[in-house]
Formats: sequence, C-alpha cells, structure tokens
Amino acid sequence: MGAPTDLKYSNDHEWVRVEADQATVGVSDYAQGQLGGLVFIELPSVGDALIAGEAFGEVESVKSVSELIAPVSGEIVEVNTALEGAPETINNDPYGAGWIVKVALSEPAQLDELLDADAYEQHIS
Amino acid sequence: MNYIPVTADERERMLERIGVSAVDELFSDIPKSARLSHALAIGAGHEELEVQTLLARIAANNRCSDDLICFAGGGIYDRYLPALVDNILQRPEFFTAYTPYQPEVSQGTLQAIFEFQTGICELTGLDVANASMYDGATALVEAALMACRVTKNRSRVLAVAGLHPEKIETIQTYSAAGNFSFETAAEIGPLLDETVAAVLIPYPDYHGIIADVSPLIEAAHQVGALAVLDCDPVLLSLLKSPAELGADIATGEAQSLGNPMSLGGPGLGMFACSEKVMRQIPGRLVGKTVDSQGNDAYVLTLATREQHIRREKATSNICSNHALNALAAGVYMAALGPEGLREVALSSCAKAHRLHDELIGTGLFRDRYPQARYGYEFIVDWSGSESFDAVYHDLLEAGILPGIRVGERGLLIAVTEKRSEAELGRFLEEVHAHG
Amino acid sequence: MAETNAYRGPRPTLYETSRPGARCLRCPPASVEGIDAVELFGPYARTTPAALPEVSEIEIMRHYAHLAAMNFGVDTGSYPLGSCTMKYNPRINEWAARLSGFANIHPAQPDSTLQGALALIHELQKDLSEIAGLPGVSLQPAAGAHGEYTALMVFRAALKARGDARRKVIIPDTAHGTNPASVIMAGYEVVTIPSTTEGLVDLEALKEALDSDTAAFMLTNPNTVGIFDPQILEITAAVHEVGAFAYCDGANLNAILGITRPGDLGFDALHINLHKTFSSPHGGGGPGAGPLCVSAELAPYLPGPVVACDEEGVFHRVTPEKSIGRVRTYLGNFGVLVRAYAYIRSNGAEGLRAVAEQAVISANYLRVTLGEILPVAYDRHCMHEFVLSAARLKSEEGVTALDIAKRLLDYGFHPPTIYFPLIVAEALMIEPTETEPVAVLDALAEAFSNIVEEAKTDPDLLRQAPLSTPVRRLDEVSAARSPHLRVIQTFCS
Repeated sequence: MGAPTDLKYSNDHEWVRVEADQATVGVSDYAQGQLGGLVFIELPSVGDALIAGEAFGEVESVKSVSELIAPVSGEIVEVNTALEGAPETINNDPYGAGWIVKVALSEPAQLDELLDADAYEQHIS
Repeated sequence: MNYIPVTADERERMLERIGVSAVDELFSDIPKSARLSHALAIGAGHEELEVQTLLARIAANNRCSDDLICFAGGGIYDRYLPALVDNILQRPEFFTAYTPYQPEVSQGTLQAIFEFQTGICELTGLDVANASMYDGATALVEAALMACRVTKNRSRVLAVAGLHPEKIETIQTYSAAGNFSFETAAEIGPLLDETVAAVLIPYPDYHGIIADVSPLIEAAHQVGALAVLDCDPVLLSLLKSPAELGADIATGEAQSLGNPMSLGGPGLGMFACSEKVMRQIPGRLVGKTVDSQGNDAYVLTLATREQHIRREKATSNICSNHALNALAAGVYMAALGPEGLREVALSSCAKAHRLHDELIGTGLFRDRYPQARYGYEFIVDWSGSESFDAVYHDLLEAGILPGIRVGERGLLIAVTEKRSEAELGRFLEEVHAHG
Repeated sequence: MAETNAYRGPRPTLYETSRPGARCLRCPPASVEGIDAVELFGPYARTTPAALPEVSEIEIMRHYAHLAAMNFGVDTGSYPLGSCTMKYNPRINEWAARLSGFANIHPAQPDSTLQGALALIHELQKDLSEIAGLPGVSLQPAAGAHGEYTALMVFRAALKARGDARRKVIIPDTAHGTNPASVIMAGYEVVTIPSTTEGLVDLEALKEALDSDTAAFMLTNPNTVGIFDPQILEITAAVHEVGAFAYCDGANLNAILGITRPGDLGFDALHINLHKTFSSPHGGGGPGAGPLCVSAELAPYLPGPVVACDEEGVFHRVTPEKSIGRVRTYLGNFGVLVRAYAYIRSNGAEGLRAVAEQAVISANYLRVTLGEILPVAYDRHCMHEFVLSAARLKSEEGVTALDIAKRLLDYGFHPPTIYFPLIVAEALMIEPTETEPVAVLDALAEAFSNIVEEAKTDPDLLRQAPLSTPVRRLDEVSAARSPHLRVIQTFCS
C-alpha cells in the first residue's frame, strides 16, 4: 500500500491527517509491516499533552516494543480505545480504523516540518 | 576426571584443520602479561571414585534431618518428599534442557510450567501466576517493584510487622537503589496515604500467626495501594485464598511443595496476581496457543516485558526462573491433589497444636501470643530456670533441632506431617529432663 | 484434527484429565483425625478447596514420561546454543547434591551441625576466588542477573563510602539484555556505547563516555561475538582512571579457565554462572547460581553471610563488615553449589584449563568448517563461540536465520542462539562446548550444509520447518494477544 497523499508523515513513521485545527495521528503502513502482528498497545488519555518528538504510547509485537513518537504538539481530545482490545486493527487498517489519537494542535506550524507522501516514500525506500 | 570426549589424536587433527600448530595461538588476543604462568591453585583433578568418597565424607560432616529431627521452619520445611517427584526430576530431558526458547522441542518444560502456574492460581485463587522466581524474598521485592509500576508515580512500600526478617533485609537491600522506599511498622494506619504503592502483608507471619488481614487489605485499597499477601502455599489449602480476601498479588516461598530443604536453596518463589495488573507481572510466563497444524501447544509469552527485548525498560532483571523446582512443585501438587494437600496441612497443624499444648503444659515454655490463631508453626518462650542456651544445646545433642531461635528465650517451632508421634515424644521427654 | 505423533504429540494437562475421587498419595489417616480448619482459622478457613488435579500415580508417571519425550536436553543431542554453554552435566554431581547430608539440612541449624556444608562453601569461595583472580566471593546470588545486580549495589556502597555518589553505568551495545535491566534495578542510568565493526569496545567512544559521574563499565569478555578484546588492559585502565569500577559479565568464562583471570585483566568484579561454566544443569530455565567475585576494596561490601574459617579450623557464617545486606534468603542455591564443587574437584587445575582449550579448539574447528557453508561474521580466531550470518542467504533465497534454526531441529540438533548479538544481521551464534565429540561437530556441519542446499532447492521446506518435532511452529501472536496462562477449569457435571 502506498502512502496516502492526503496525509503528512514524520521520520518516525507516524502519519497526521489535518482537519481544521485538529489532527488525527496513526502509524504508517510501512511501520506496521516492520513491527509485525501487534499484540498490545499502551494509549495515552484524553486531556494528556502531546509534545512533538516525545513518546505518547507504546506498541508491542511478539518480539519487539516500539514507542509511539508524537509528530505534532497539542492536547489529546480523543483516543481510539477500541485498539486496546484489538491492536491488530493497526495491522489491518493503519490509515483508517487503526488511527490512534486525535489532537487539538497547539503549534500548527509544526506541520510544515512533516513529510508529504512522496518524501515519506523516499524516506522508507 | 574430565568430560572431554576428544582424544589426543583428534585434537591434533582439529588444530591442523584450524591451521594452527599449537593451541596457544588461539589465545593470542589475551595480553601476554595477563596470562597465567602457573596452574590454578585449586589442586589436581580426581577420578569419580575419589570425588564420591570426598563428597560423601563432607556430607557426613553435616547433621541432617535423618539424625537431627527437624522442628525448624521459617519458610523452609522438612516435608515428606513423594518418591515419584525426584524420579521425574531425574529425567535428563527435563534437567539438561535450557530455557524453553525453542517451543517445538520444549513442550515438556512448557506444559509442566503451565500446569505449575495453574496449581499456583488454584491455591491463591488469583488469575495469573508466573513460572516462578528465585525465592520468597525476591518474589516479594518483585511485588514491591511491580506495585510501583502499576500505581505509576508512587514509590513507597510499607510492610506490616511480622514479615520474615530475611525477607525484610532483602527488600531493604533493594530499596537502597532508590527505586522505592521501604518502611515497616506494627501499625500501618498512620503511614498510609496516596503515595503508597504497596502494602506487604504476611499470611501467616514469621511467628506463624494468622492475623486479621482483611482490614489491612481494605486500608491499602482505600488509598489506591496494592495489597500483597506473602503466603505459605501448603497452608493455603486450608486458608481463605488471597483472591477471596481481595489481595492483588500473592507471593511466597514454595520450597515445601516437593523440594528438599537443601540449606534453604534453591528455593521456589511463588508469584501470582489478579488479571487487572497482569501486564506488569515480572518473570517468565507460559501461555497456551496452537501450532501451524492447529495442535494445542505452549510457548513463553508476553516476552516483551523481559530484559532481552526491553533491556533497560524491562519489568525486572530476572532472567532465570527456578523451572526445575517449579516442575517438582507441579508434580507434588498433582500427587497430593486437593485432598492430599489438605491432609498434609491438617496433619501438620494437628501435630503442631498437640506439641504446643504439651510444651505449655510442661510449665517450662510460655505462649508468646496466647490468643493467636496459628497453623503448624508457633512461637514459645523458655521460662525454665536453666539458661536456654544450655537447653537448646542439650536438645541438639539428643538429636533434636527444636526450632529457630528468636531472641534469647524464644523458639519458633514448625511441625510437619513428617514428624512421628515418637519424635514429638522425644522432644517432650528432653524438655521434661530440664524441668 | 491435524495429524500428530501419538507418542510425542500434544497431551491434555492433568487438570483436564482429573477425575473426582482419584487419588495418588494420602497422609496416614490417624494423623488428620479430630482437627478441622474452621476450628483453627475461624473466618479465615477456606471453604472452596483448591482445584488441584485428582489423578492416580500411574497417570502422573505416564504424563511426565510423555512430557519428557517432548523435550530436548543435552542428553538428547548436541546443543550449540551460543552464550549458554550447554555442556554435559556429570551424573556424579547429581548424585552428590542428593546426599541426605546436603539435601536434608535446614538453614536455621547452628553452624556446629553444618560443618560439612560450610566447609564446602568455604572451599568453593576459595576455588572461585583463585579462578577469578579476585579475593572476595559471595555465593549468595541465585543467577547471573542477580550477580550483576549485586555487583552494582556493591559498587554503589563503595562509592558512597568514598563520598562519591555517581549516576551512570556504561554498557556496550553488544551486551546481554540483563545488563541494562540490572543497571536500572540498581538505580543507575544506562549509557550505551557503540562497538567497533569487529564487535570490540570502541576505546575512543568509551573514553568519551567515561567521566567523574561514571560508576562502572560492564563488559562481557570474551565478548558476545566470541572474541577476546585485546585492548582489555587499556579498557580497564581507562575505567579506573576516572575512579569507576570495571565489571566483567562472566557468561563466557568457559573460554579462559586457567588461561587468564578477570582479576588479572583489571576487572574489579565478576559474576560466574555456575550453570554454564561449572556444569550444573540448566533445569529448563533454572535454578542456577551466579556467585560474585570482587576485589579487596569491594569485599567488605559483599552480601552476607559468607563463610569464614577460624584458627581452630571451625567454619562460621559471618556478615562482611560493611555489607550491602542480603540479596535473598539464606546462603545461596546450595544444591547448585554442591554440583559446581564436585565439578571443580573432578577437573582440578589441569582439567579446567583443558576445558577452556578444548572449548576454544572445538569452536574454531566448527568455525572453519561452517565458514565454508555460511559466512562467519568475524573471520578470525575465535574463543569458545562464533557468529555466522545468514544475511546473504536471506537476500538470495528468502531464507532466514530462524528458518535455518528450525530446520536444524529436524536434523536432531538444538539450534544456535539466533538474532543475537544485535550488531550482526541474521545472526546464528554457535557454542559447541568442550563436551561434543568430533563426529558430532562434523555431523552438525553436514546438517548446515544440507540445509543451505535445501534453501536453494526447496526454500519452502525451510520456512515450514520443523516437520518432525512434537509440535510445529507456534502461533505466538495469538498467545500474546489473548494470553491463556492457566488451565481454565469448568465445573459442569
């Protein structure tokens, strides 16, 4: 699956979908493929601050643990708690039902530092 | 005697194949100045016959429970070891195997541990038990650390008075690293607040007492701390389970489930917890799954908690479990079954209470806690006129290890199902001789 | 239902075959008369019995015979598991540990009744001290990781006594995972430094990282790629230069027994895995023992008790004067200590040196032989182990180190350690130990050769492997997604 062109990407393989001053964050298809079958996710809570470049949760596969690194800063307004019971959703639908958090952006200018789909494809090739 | 199967000729052929003329060339990376120029000063090797003679002689320099009737406990008990347990333990497929990282050829170890985990869950009533820890003390340390992780920003651990003194010392050593603070108190009420991660509660305590633990568990929960019960697995067959009492974690020294005393090591650290805190459980866990053909199979699971993956973020640095001791415990629990284990515990309690009453009846011992409930271990104080040192010494001479000394006059006595009427009689007779 | 091997295939647990009323052992009935749990414990009496299995003795024996047949041990076949030293477990050691004078002694017995056991411990302390080249020894740690932790706490206490609290511990990126975990447990911060392309300590990076805040540097030497770091004297000197301690992870001690001593190399502390180097069995994961050996400066801080001998030749348990305290109950895993003691007496000085020599010869022999089949990660003389890389095979044939490992099971060999150390792609780490006959080493090489051939002709076969084991590859993902960690018993009639 190619990286959807309507999203922005971080070097740490998170994607961001921007709608007005709110952003949805998830992990890329490439990243879920590298991780393999996910078995556990540790999610933040609504109201937590997201700080670009810092970890906001963890995903585990059978033999690895990876931190989720925030691509942008803001306050978490919604968390996809359905993932707790079914982390494999990230494997099956990384850009759709596998979204992780929604954030009220505090520094929208950070979006300019993210990669577009082409640049991200370059980054992972 | 060494165990190298390679002959001198074969060794030469191997060196030739490697392309060196002498073995020293293979050690050329070791700085010359640091190489040993002399043989290690540990003496020459011996043939098996000599080693056998030597070890038999050393062993004979100990007085063991064959000729020193054991009334000592404190977590390590002289219980009857069913003949089948050691027979199974001596199967080399079990004892010469490594940790079951290759599940396709380790189903024996894995399933045996899965059954052990099940038995510990049944005894404690809790949802999850790990594959074991080193001993009861390190299990308690791990419980303290786990509670800090579960309660996130908390790092105070309280212990109710009465924990085994060596367990307290062990927790103190670990707390010196600064990851958590540790306090112990007779009355924990005033110390409890929302900075407390765990309350450690003995059940029974070091003096054998089954205290009223429910209010302590409740008090811990009221401030959001975890309640950890430190238990005796054999007595759990008669006692309300930690789960029923509301405990979050149960630990204990489980040597007495089918393992010899062996000077107190290797022991068997028992560790169980409720499902809601399971993700933070330390140590190895065996889970059931299927293989590619759909067959039932077992595997080490939730490995991401462990240090080979998480490294500095691991839930614990513990790598080994005491798998062989856990195997013994699994066999023991099956060999006794629910009724048999109750009988072992009841028989021990019956004998302990009889010995207790008769010792008090001599007028030479006083009950330290006259109103307390106890199982098969209790504490009395010598009240005779002779010095207790002399009495203790005479009892040893007469072939009786009367218990663990606690202070100048105190004696902590454990009676297992293995002690015969005649042995109890000898103990009393010797005591009477000092009346 | 999938086809299974009736003898070795899956078998229900005893909890599932339990039948109400079936019994194995009982207590003599007279001993339990006239006593009742409610009377003893009142509100704390159990009302629902623990649902342990109800089975007869023959069922138990057949059950465990069956389980044993599904296991692979050193006695089953060659076990070249790198870093684990899966050597033969001599039977005299097992016999000794089971002597009643060792198995049936209680730790609360007074020293006067334990002179044999204390003498054995005292002598083992001396033996290990001599082998390590370090004067202080505590036999208390129960395993390697426990020894690491104990050492770090000893460092902490010694630094505190110097009035010099420090915060960090340096570890190379090739270290065993227990090293960083132990550092955290001991309240220090981990600083990881990279290794050279040869897998050796990057001396410049180390010097860069070392400062007055460094408590210790932890190193496995010989290292985890099987190479003895030739810069070792410079490394330990650099560590001492900033007032830090040099720690040796003794996992690979087997290669240098009687050849050199960690103390002579400048290390201040070493843990020894008795279940690796000194032949006590691994037991399917333990019990082991991880004695800690330390320098004279550190000896007063060791956990107590240790065993001392007075002028009259009487042995006593004593606590070192500035001891960090206990790290567990009692004296250590005594049963394991007895086995190691017997092993040292059997081998003696010459025997232990022969162990190291043969372990190194056998590893190099296999390295040369296997190097013709798969590339060796560091193609030079190795110590007791070496690392192969299946990276090329993976890119050419799509066959991984894991596939090779699993296929080896079909050839009757336990696989090597795979994917460790992390710095070698598709790593296969091989440690034959000194106790394998040459014919077995040759057979292992032949198996590798066949497997690499199969990778070219029938790679799918390797991806399906193993085919002949009691169970096939496992679904580890569902095991972790919905953990099923005990028998769930149903109480329907």
